[in-house]
Amino acid sequence: MSTENIESIVNRRYEHGFVTEIATESLPPGLDEDVVRAISARKNEPEFMLEWRLQAYRQWLEMKEPEWAHVHYPPIKFNEISYYAAPISDDDRPKSLDEVDPKLLETYEKLGIPLHERARLAGVAVDAVFDSVSVATTFKEKLFDVGVIFCSFSEAVREHPELVKKYLGSVVPRRDNFYAALNSAVFSDGSFVYIPKGVRCPMELSTYFRINAANTGQFERTLIIADEGSHVSYLEGCTAPMRDENQLHAAVVELVALEGAEIKYSTVQNWYPGDENGVGGIYNFVTKRGDCRGDNSKISWTQVETGSAITWKYPSCLLRGKNSVGEFYSVAVANNMQQADTGTKMIHIGANTRSTIVSKGISAGKAQNAYRGLVKVMPQAHGARNHTQCDSLLIGKECGAHTFPYMEIKNPSAKIEHEATTSKISADQLFYCRQRGISEEDAVNMIVNGFCKEVFKELPMEFAVEAQALLNVSLEGAVG
Amino acid sequence: MLEINNLHSRIGDTEILRGVSLSVNAGEVHAIMGPNGSGKSTLAQVIAGHSDYIVTGGDVTYKGNDLLELEPEARARDGIFLGFQYPVEIPGVNNAYLLKAAVNAKRQHQGLGEVDAFEFLKLAREKMAMLGMDPKFLNRGVNEGFSGGEKKRNEILQMAMLEPSLAILDETDSGLDIDALKAVAQGVNTLRNPERAIVLVTHYQRLLDYIEPDYVHVLSEGKIVRSGDKSLALELEERGYDWVREAASA
Repeated sequence: MSTENIESIVNRRYEHGFVTEIATESLPPGLDEDVVRAISARKNEPEFMLEWRLQAYRQWLEMKEPEWAHVHYPPIKFNEISYYAAPISDDDRPKSLDEVDPKLLETYEKLGIPLHERARLAGVAVDAVFDSVSVATTFKEKLFDVGVIFCSFSEAVREHPELVKKYLGSVVPRRDNFYAALNSAVFSDGSFVYIPKGVRCPMELSTYFRINAANTGQFERTLIIADEGSHVSYLEGCTAPMRDENQLHAAVVELVALEGAEIKYSTVQNWYPGDENGVGGIYNFVTKRGDCRGDNSKISWTQVETGSAITWKYPSCLLRGKNSVGEFYSVAVANNMQQADTGTKMIHIGANTRSTIVSKGISAGKAQNAYRGLVKVMPQAHGARNHTQCDSLLIGKECGAHTFPYMEIKNPSAKIEHEATTSKISADQLFYCRQRGISEEDAVNMIVNGFCKEVFKELPMEFAVEAQALLNVSLEGAVG
Repeated sequence: MLEINNLHSRIGDTEILRGVSLSVNAGEVHAIMGPNGSGKSTLAQVIAGHSDYIVTGGDVTYKGNDLLELEPEARARDGIFLGFQYPVEIPGVNNAYLLKAAVNAKRQHQGLGEVDAFEFLKLAREKMAMLGMDPKFLNRGVNEGFSGGEKKRNEILQMAMLEPSLAILDETDSGLDIDALKAVAQGVNTLRNPERAIVLVTHYQRLLDYIEPDYVHVLSEGKIVRSGDKSLALELEERGYDWVREAASA
């Protein structure tokens, strides 16, 4: 992605700024304290939130962009990005599916996306999408009955400031890293979840709800708090290709699990990866971290990453409570010119903490796929255990797989296991399948899905089926 | 069913088949024998459509159509089955899954509906019992960690499920102990019928004690140098391959 492209995106925004009434709410490109104040003001935020953003901005100014990841891209000009864009007006959206790019519809078809979901995903004016709205409303009532708070981040800041104040930045501090600091200063919106003590959330908090959080913009912020003894499963993202005119995405996700609580966080990420030459794809620089703050708590990350031109993402667990458990299951696919540097960090702080890492990287085309993982056992973490399994699958001759495992063990009682394999889909395997009447493409899908099985089984059932279909679509034409 | 006429083939720059002609009809069992490097496996791979083997001359018709024009999967769906000498391992892919996909690919080609899971399992278990295979093999990765004998039995299981018109078994007997050999032979014999042709590629006579061929051909240096009935195999066993080689060059 060249700087011209960033500029053209910025310029496009700018044009709109003069054309439609709603878009005049967008801020001009560039970032300074006034921009931060303006964002906060537009959201009618309380004073504490503005103060928090400003401090993050000042800290960001002192920080440097990280360069250690195994990814390459031209420098990002942070002053040419617009940091607040009002939602696209319904007048600018397609009025029905008939107006949507047929190619996009074809992909929805292949992925088996339900009809009532397609319109919303394609960005059809919300008024036209009656189905999802009614589904969302029914679910909201059900959640309200058990005391679960599930709303947009902006709403949480206004309606539940005490919870936001208490937990925001408590897992990912403002100055944690360059992108986290930037997000803290200018975050647009996102989701907020609070599960009260002892409550088992009666349903998967899934994409159906995202109708409310549509247009969360490029700096998404998510905060999930599971109070003592509660349980929640949250699904982020969507298997359908999501197009977005913002090139840089820097999200922050914070999870807090108090004593005996369990959070299961599943992601399917399919942002636009760019064309075959990598032009136009999204940069996805995400900070995701879970804090097992209480004893016997558990946080489990499952991710299927197929999109974005560049992915930089390490969902991590701080295992602070005694006997707490962290899990990370990941499938990362990189095709064409995609670059992925992803993995996890498991920080064992409490005694008898356990963590499991299962990472499956698939590279095809000219893509580069890196696993980067840290297992750290602090001196007081007696009896900590970790098992890491890290497998790479190569399709074709021009792609690469890289593994960067780090281990810092400061307690001699720790038991750490690391297994790694690299394999290739061989011509012999493909010929064998073809000799049994199975087409080459089906054979590749079969082998890839077999490779990813351990991770898919961690996904909620419906999501797993979609994820499998997604992988097949992502790797279409990868062989031959 | 299968007509091979003056077939030439090379792998890389090495010419391996130098004018093979062979005619196989429905209901027949042919054995192709010959010393190592004579081109037996190459012939099997060319018929199955492996892209490493380049056909440089001659033609092959199958059920009246030009076979060489078809992709390997099209040949398979049209009833050609190759039992591999070295069945490849595909870790993570469930054996039952591959088998079911193969059966359904063929059924689809024939305009039949997909077989349902119950029907499929029932059939697979029946065939496995016949081959003396533990049903747990269905749930393992394709050939993953199988012993040599298990891999070969698995090939025969696939053949039994796919019910091919033309089955080519490439050194299916190699590396088998006597019990496995008997089980495999029994599997093949139950598939013998007037509509099906079977080509056995083998180095040794031993397999032919259990599967009686109608014709035996000896391949040497890329050509069929001698054809006969099953007595030819016995003669070979007694006199060795040098005898045919000498006879061929004489």
